Amino acid sequence: MTFQDRFKSTESALVATAVLLAAGAFVMPAWLSFLLTLAFAKALVVLGVVIQMRAGLVSFGQALFFCIGGYGVGLGAQALGISDAFLLLALGTLAAVLLALICGFLLTRYREIFFAMLTLALSMILYGVLVKSSALGSTDGFNVAPPSFLGWEPEGETRKQAVYLLTVAIAAATAVGFHRYLESGLGRVMEAIRENEIRVDYLGLSPRWLLFANYVFAAAISALGGGLTAIASGHIDPDMAFWTTSGEFVFIAILGGTGHVAAPFIGAIVFSVIRTFAIQEAPHYWQMALGIVLLGLILFLPKGLWSLIARRKLQVAK
Amino acid sequence: MQHLPRKPSHPIRPIAVALSLALAAGAVGAADNGKYRIGIVTFLSGAAAGPFGVPAANAAKLTVDTLNAGKLPAPYNVKGINGVEIETVIIDEAGGATKQTEEFRNLVQRQKVDAVIGYISSGDCLAIAPAAEELKVPTIFFDCGTSKVFETVKNPKYLFRTGLDAVVDNVAAARYVVETRPQLKTVASIQQNYAWGQDSWNDFILALKQIKPDVKVVSEQWPKLAQGQYGAEISALSVSNPDVIHSSFWGGDMEALMQQGGARGLFDKRIAVLTAGETGVERFKDQVPNGTIVGGRGPFGAFAPKNALNDWFRPAFTAQYKEPPTYPAYKMVQAILGLKAAAEKGGKAGMPGAEQVVQGLTGLSFEAPSGTVQMSRAKGHQAVQSVSFGEYQYDAKSGKASVTKVKTYAGDCLMPPDGTAPADWIKAGFPGAKCN
Amino acid sequence: MTNLLAILFDGAIYASWLFLVAAGLTIIYGVMRVLNMAHGSFYAIGAYSAASLVGWYFSGQTGNPYWSYLLLLGSALVAGTLVGVAIERGLLRFLHGKDEILMVIVTYALLLILEDVTKLVWGVDPYFANQPYRLLGQTEVGAVLRFATYDLALIVVTVAIGLTAWFVLNRTNKGRLLRAVIHDREIAVAMGVNVDAMFTVTFAIGSVLGALAGALTAPAISVTPGIGVEVIVLAFAVVVVGGLGSIGGAAAGAVLVGLARSVAVHMAPEMELFVIYGVMFLVLAFRPQGLFGQTLVRRI
Repeated sequence: MTFQDRFKSTESALVATAVLLAAGAFVMPAWLSFLLTLAFAKALVVLGVVIQMRAGLVSFGQALFFCIGGYGVGLGAQALGISDAFLLLALGTLAAVLLALICGFLLTRYREIFFAMLTLALSMILYGVLVKSSALGSTDGFNVAPPSFLGWEPEGETRKQAVYLLTVAIAAATAVGFHRYLESGLGRVMEAIRENEIRVDYLGLSPRWLLFANYVFAAAISALGGGLTAIASGHIDPDMAFWTTSGEFVFIAILGGTGHVAAPFIGAIVFSVIRTFAIQEAPHYWQMALGIVLLGLILFLPKGLWSLIARRKLQVAK
Repeated sequence: MQHLPRKPSHPIRPIAVALSLALAAGAVGAADNGKYRIGIVTFLSGAAAGPFGVPAANAAKLTVDTLNAGKLPAPYNVKGINGVEIETVIIDEAGGATKQTEEFRNLVQRQKVDAVIGYISSGDCLAIAPAAEELKVPTIFFDCGTSKVFETVKNPKYLFRTGLDAVVDNVAAARYVVETRPQLKTVASIQQNYAWGQDSWNDFILALKQIKPDVKVVSEQWPKLAQGQYGAEISALSVSNPDVIHSSFWGGDMEALMQQGGARGLFDKRIAVLTAGETGVERFKDQVPNGTIVGGRGPFGAFAPKNALNDWFRPAFTAQYKEPPTYPAYKMVQAILGLKAAAEKGGKAGMPGAEQVVQGLTGLSFEAPSGTVQMSRAKGHQAVQSVSFGEYQYDAKSGKASVTKVKTYAGDCLMPPDGTAPADWIKAGFPGAKCN
Repeated sequence: MTNLLAILFDGAIYASWLFLVAAGLTIIYGVMRVLNMAHGSFYAIGAYSAASLVGWYFSGQTGNPYWSYLLLLGSALVAGTLVGVAIERGLLRFLHGKDEILMVIVTYALLLILEDVTKLVWGVDPYFANQPYRLLGQTEVGAVLRFATYDLALIVVTVAIGLTAWFVLNRTNKGRLLRAVIHDREIAVAMGVNVDAMFTVTFAIGSVLGALAGALTAPAISVTPGIGVEVIVLAFAVVVVGGLGSIGGAAAGAVLVGLARSVAVHMAPEMELFVIYGVMFLVLAFRPQGLFGQTLVRRI
C-alpha cells in the first residue's frame, strides 16, 4: 500500500463511517443519538487537545474555547437575535479565533507544565468573569433557544435528529480536514517540534509561529465543539470553562490516543458510554466505577484505544 | 515527552463486544414491568450530597417503600400510585447541566421512567425545563430556588415545582429581621460567589431597603463556593461591625463559617441570618449562638406543622436514618405526594398516564407533612406555601436544639402575582401582598 | 491601621494553610515528576480520619482534651502513610518513568476512585471535630480584631514543618540523596542511589503532608465530600507560582497568594474570585519557571 492509497483509504473510511452514523439516526434510540451528539461535539474539543499534544503541549485550559464557542452561540441567539445554527456556530468560532490570536502570542512562549497551568489560569479567569456576570445568569447560565437550519425550523425529535446530523457532518468534515493537516508537512513538523524544538529551529522553521498556528486551529475546533454542545443541550453555563471540564478533555485525549484523527472520537464515545452506564448501574459510586475502568484502560493501553486499531491494521497489512 | 514501549497486541474485538453488550443491557433493563417508574435526581456526591441530596434520596426511598406497602396515613393510604406499585430509578445530579440534560434523556428514553422528580441546582433546573416539555414527561422540581424556571418555560404543561423559589425566602427574612430587630441600622453580607449567593443577597437587600430605607450596607463578602477558610472574610466583617449579617451559605460552608466566626466572637454582638440554616439545627449544638436567625426555605424540617402526615414522616425518617429529616427531605416527600395526589385525582383506576398526572397536578391543592400545598402560581405549576423564620435555641443541659420565636409568612405575602418579575414587585413596594 | 493588621494576620494564616496544602505536592513532583491530582484526596482522607477520631475521643468525655492535638497529628501520620505507601507500592511503582501527562491522568483516575472510597468509608454526612479549635480560645489583636488562637498556632506549626523539611533536605545525608535525585535522576541512579525506595518514602512523606493539612484544617471546618477537589487547583497554583519541586518556592508562593487574597478580601471583595489565577498569570508571564523554579536545560 502506498502512502497515497493509505491517505485516501483513511478519508474514505472516515466518510463511510460518517454516512453510516448519519443513516443510524433513523434507527437508533433517541437517547443514543443525543449521547453521540454530545460525544462528537466533545471529540472536536479533544481533537484540539490532541493536535497540541502531538506538538508536545498539553492544554489544561481547552475549556476556555469550548466555553467561548458555547457562549458565542448563546449570546448570538439571545442578544443578537440570530437563529441560524450555521451563523451561530460561525460567530462562536470567530470569537474563539480572535481570542486565540491574542492569547497565542503569550502562550506559545511556554512549554510543558507552564503552558498547561497558564492555559488553565486563562480559562479560570473566563470562568470568574462569567460567574460575576449576573446578566448572563452567573453560574446558572442561560438557555439557548432552538436554532433554525438555513430557514428550516424543525420541532421535537426531528430537531434533535437535525442537530445530530449536523454534528456528524461537521465532525466528519473536521476529521477529514484535520487528517490532511496531520499528514501534511506542517502536521509532521509538529511532531518534530515535540521531539526536538531546537533542531526544527535549525531547519529554518520557526517553532513558535508553527505552534501559534496550531493553537489557533485547536481553538477554532474547540469553539465549534462548544457551539454544538450549546445547540444540542440548549443550555450554557460557566462550568463549561471550569478546570475539571478541561481535565476531562485531556483525559479523553489520553484515553483515545493521539495517533490518529479518529482517536478522539473513539475516546469520547467510549468515555460517554462508560460514564452513563456507571451512573445508571452504580448511582452512588459511579465515579469510582468510572475511575477504575479508565485506570485499567490507561494502564493496559498507554497509547490509547487507537493503538488497538493501529495494531490490527498492522497485522492486516502483514 | 518520552515514547512508551509497545505492549503485546490485543484484538479490537473485546471493546466492540463490551460496548454492544452495554448498549443491549441498557435497552433491556428498561423493559416494561407494570410498575410506575419515577426517576429521582439528586446530589449523591460532592458538597451538596450531605446536607441536601442524600436526605432527599432517603426520604424518597422511605416514602416509596411506605406507599408500596399502603401504610401512609389518609388521604394517601392507597397502595403505590393508584394501586400500581412504584419503582424508583435514582441518578446522581453531580457533573453539571450539560451532563444532566443527557442523563435526563437517558432516564426518559432509555430507562423509560413515567415521571421525573429532582434537581437541587438552579442551573440544572433551567437546563432541564425545556427538555421536560419537549419529551412530554411529567417533571417535578422539588428544591431548586431560581425564580427563572417559569420565565424560561412560559407556558408549562409537563413541568412543575412543588417547592418555593429563593426570592420568597429572602423577602421573608427581611420582614423577620425588621420585625424582630426594629433598631437595626447596619447590615453586612457574606455569600458564596455564585448565582444562588448573588441572587439571595440582591433579593434580601432590595426587600430590606424597601421595608426599612435607612439601613446601611457596611460590607459585602464574596468567598468562592466551598472555600472552607473564611478567616479574612471574618476579619473584614468584624471590622465593618454590622448589626446583622445575612448569609445564604448552605451545608458544609455554612457550618464552617459559623464555626470559625463563632470561635472569633463574630456573632457575640451581631445576629446572623441564615436563610438555609435549618439543615444545621440538629448539628450546631453549642457552636452557634442562641438567637441566630434560621430559615428552612418553607414550612419544613424544624418548622413543619403538626398534622397526621408529619406525625408519620418525622418519626419514621428519624427511626430509619438516625437523624431527624431536614428541609430537603420534606420537600422530596412533598413532590412525591403531589405526584400521587395528581395521578389519583381523576379517580381513574390503573397505571396513570402522563396527561392524567399533568392535568391532575395543574392547580392542585394537596396535603403534605408541611401542610397544604397549593399549585396556584405560574398557571397552576408553581407551589405556594408559607415561609417560616425563627431563632436557634440550644439547651446545653438536655443537649436539644430547637427553633423559637417562629414567625410564619403566608405565600401571598411574599410572592408577586403571576407575570410580575420579583425584583420589580419588591421595588414597587410589594403591591397586592396579603400579610397577616 | 486595623485594616493593615487584619490583612497581615489573615494573609499569614491563609498562607500557612496554603503552604501545608502545597508542600506535599511539590515534594512529590520534585522527586518523582508526578503531578499528583490525588493530593486533594490525601487532604480529604486526613481531614476525615482526624475528624472522626477526635469526634470519638470527645464523645467519651474522659481524658485531657489537649491530647486531641496528638490525635490530629497521629491520625494524619497513620492515614497518610497507609494510603501513600499503598498507592505507591500498589500502582505507581509500575509506572515509574512514564510520561508526565500520563501520570497526571493516572492520578486523576485515582482521585475519582478515592473520592468515592472516602464516601464509602465515612458516608456523606458532615463530620464535626471543633473542640480542638475552640480549646485555645481567642487572641485579641488591636481593638476590634479577635483571632482564633488555633489559627495563630497553625502559623507556628507550619513554620516548624517548613524548617524541618528544609533541615532534612539540606543537612542530613538522606536529604542530600533526595536532592541528588531531584537534581538529576539518571546520575543519581548511576551513583547507586536506590531510587525505588526513595520514591516510596517520598510519596509517603508527600501524602502524610497532604493528610496533615487536612487533619489540621478539620477542626475549623465541617468535613464533607468534595473538600479534596477544591484544594487541588489551589495547591497547583501555589506550587506553580513558587516553582515546581521547590519547598522554598512553595513557601514563597503561599505567602504571595495568601497576602494577595487577604488584600482582595479587605479592599475589593468582588475580586476574590480572580486573585489566585491573577497572581499565577502575572508571575508566569514575567517568570515562566515560577519564583524559585530552575530553568530547564534545552537538549539539542
